[in-house]
Amino acid sequence: MTATKITPSGFTDEAFEAFLAAREEPAWATQQRREAWQAFGRMEWPKSDQEEWRRTDIRMFRLEKYQPPQPVSAEAELPPALLAEGVQLGGRTASLNSQTVVSELDPSLAAQGVLFGGTEQILREHGDLLRPYFGGPAFAMGHDRFSALHGAFWSGGAVLYVPRGVRVAEPLHVLAALTDEGVDLSRITVVMEEGSEATLLTETAGGGKLAFHCGAIELLLAPGARLRFVSLQHWDNTVWHFAQQQARLQSNAQLQWTIGALGARLAKVNQEVILCGEGANAQVNGVMFTEGKQHLAYHTLQQHEAGNCTSDLLYKGALQDQSRIVWRGMIKVDPGADGTDGYQRNDNLMLSNHARSDSIPGLEIEADDVRCTHGSTTSRVDEELIFYAQSRGLTRREATRMIVSGFFQQVFDRITIDSVREALGEAIGRRIREYRDT
Amino acid sequence: MSDQEVQTDILKIEDLHVSVGGKPILKGVNLEIRRGETHALMGPNGSGKSTLGMAIMGHPGYEVTQGAVWINDENILEMGPDERARRGLFMAFQRPVAIPGVRLADFLRHATTNVRRPERREGEELLPMREFRKELREKMAQLRMDPEFARRYVNEGFSGGEMKRAEILQMAMLRPKFAILDETDSGLDVDAVRLASQSIAEIGRSKMGILIITHHDKLLENNVPDKTHVMLGGRIVETGGPELARELHANGYDRIRADHPEAAAEEEAMRQDGALQKAM
Ligand SMILES: Nc1ncnc2c1ncn2[C@@H]1O[C@H](COP(=O)(O)OP(=O)(O)O)[C@@H](O)[C@H]1O
Ligand SMILES: [Mg+2]
Repeated sequence: MTATKITPSGFTDEAFEAFLAAREEPAWATQQRREAWQAFGRMEWPKSDQEEWRRTDIRMFRLEKYQPPQPVSAEAELPPALLAEGVQLGGRTASLNSQTVVSELDPSLAAQGVLFGGTEQILREHGDLLRPYFGGPAFAMGHDRFSALHGAFWSGGAVLYVPRGVRVAEPLHVLAALTDEGVDLSRITVVMEEGSEATLLTETAGGGKLAFHCGAIELLLAPGARLRFVSLQHWDNTVWHFAQQQARLQSNAQLQWTIGALGARLAKVNQEVILCGEGANAQVNGVMFTEGKQHLAYHTLQQHEAGNCTSDLLYKGALQDQSRIVWRGMIKVDPGADGTDGYQRNDNLMLSNHARSDSIPGLEIEADDVRCTHGSTTSRVDEELIFYAQSRGLTRREATRMIVSGFFQQVFDRITIDSVREALGEAIGRRIREYRDT
Repeated sequence: MSDQEVQTDILKIEDLHVSVGGKPILKGVNLEIRRGETHALMGPNGSGKSTLGMAIMGHPGYEVTQGAVWINDENILEMGPDERARRGLFMAFQRPVAIPGVRLADFLRHATTNVRRPERREGEELLPMREFRKELREKMAQLRMDPEFARRYVNEGFSGGEMKRAEILQMAMLRPKFAILDETDSGLDVDAVRLASQSIAEIGRSKMGILIITHHDKLLENNVPDKTHVMLGGRIVETGGPELARELHANGYDRIRADHPEAAAEEEAMRQDGALQKAM
């Protein structure tokens, strides 16, 4: 093709129609988009008088600066993936500016009925299978204009579908990459049928100057399914990151969800775990490191709809320079969800006097016979520890790194995937400078 | 090569004045330790023994207002604590701090690498894991420490005795030229002190200069001091041989105070100052 198609600029009605025209997808999926686009039109951007946005200032964000996802040039290079290094993978996908450019799956997994690949491809080929799950409850939560935008213009990302009883031994990997000023509206959907097992490692990278991510993650676990899910947000420190993430666990399902939050200029993430069936168990691990003027806001929800479920959340963050972390956590226990065991904790380590952290735990309990605990701590690097380590020959920077890695050890001890622990530890270690009490 | 031709390393403390929080604590300390020598430093509580150790090691809260500390011809006061460690200086602390989440083995592997390869730069290879582990296990066995101990976090939840033993283990791994042992016998039971005393002697055989700060004579059993120094009111007021250590252990410091009324007055002033500060 030689003619250059001129795409209308910005996220306009015109652009939306052009975007739809260029796509091949089931009619029901297009209908979802239209509904989301209408919702987008009705809504306003979040304001600072809303509790959820009180601490997160997005006045500098301008959607007009961006375009709906555009086709990428073939020679554009992918940044390296941290979580895949040295790991034997069962399959991988990669996207650049929301366009899937790599999609591979071990044929032996495909033969067992496992579906894994770019979202568009799986949706085209297996639309009927996905229909009951796709764009479901996680997107219905769409309580703000960002999720509506995502619902209308989502593209790229990946789908993993694991049939009943199938165990995927080797991890699968999803990379979402951005170029300068690029836009990523990718969506990750995981459907784990009854008794299935898998490990999915997802990460983001790149962004150069001023890129924009508005994404969604939906994890659906049928009874007895087991999923280890990792989402590492590792954009350049220039990227605007908005994300809606939800997991729904049926009875006796087990989820280990590890979040790494290292990148982005500003991130606003809603991470929700809904325990819908008796005896489900979710462990949530958060590892955050911020520097410069980064602002990361994570709003977590552990909702116990059914009884006898366990949810255990531990977020740990270290803050350098003038950065800021906001964590607002909520455990909700619905009426009748007796026998609930819920835990949430957030610890922050300040590496500078100019950093700031806000930890706001919350409980809403409407059932009897529940055990819910929460806590948060903020601490500083202790000069006595630095001196002790230095007296053993470690430089000030090595001492700082060791103390920070010790701070994270408690959450690393919970992560059962070696490569993830190592990658997170190394990525953080590279960014730590020597601690000075300033 | 004959012994005379070997240049022995020397740690030399010259007219050292140290203040803490603006308050003068050490008022001119002079001390010379050669590698291979053992010195005992005694003195009543609050006389400034730990302050001397901390200042030599380079704790930022201990401000040197006058004097110098030399290792051979280098004034180490211009160096950070890590550089001093790499020059072969070590201090076993009276009250070691805990480093949560950092395993003793990992900490020591890093420390041992840096001290044994002083020219190592950040990010360069550490000592090979297998060799290091083997050596660490051997040293722990000598100190009758459970090998599992290395997997615990540095000093976290250690008993007083475990902490002191871990300090000796670190010294054994780092093989310093000069070691200051600050009340390494406190918190240990009789058997543990004997073991510590033997271990220190064994490690010291590789020609270490040792300054043992103690109130007792048990640690000195296997480490007979070439010299015993007595500190009072921030000064070394007397220096003698092993018999001085024995005398002080048996009879206390009354004779010292009587013989050095000026230093005793300093001591009294410091004590009142401290009591006053506590009261405020
Ligand atoms: N970190 C410190 N902060 C405040 N005062 C200190 C500190 N270290 C030592 N001092 C004071 O210095 C004096 C000497 O203390 P120290 O060196 O610990 O004596 P010793 O080890 O001989 O018992 C005491 O009066 C003590 O209160
Ligand atoms: Mg002392």
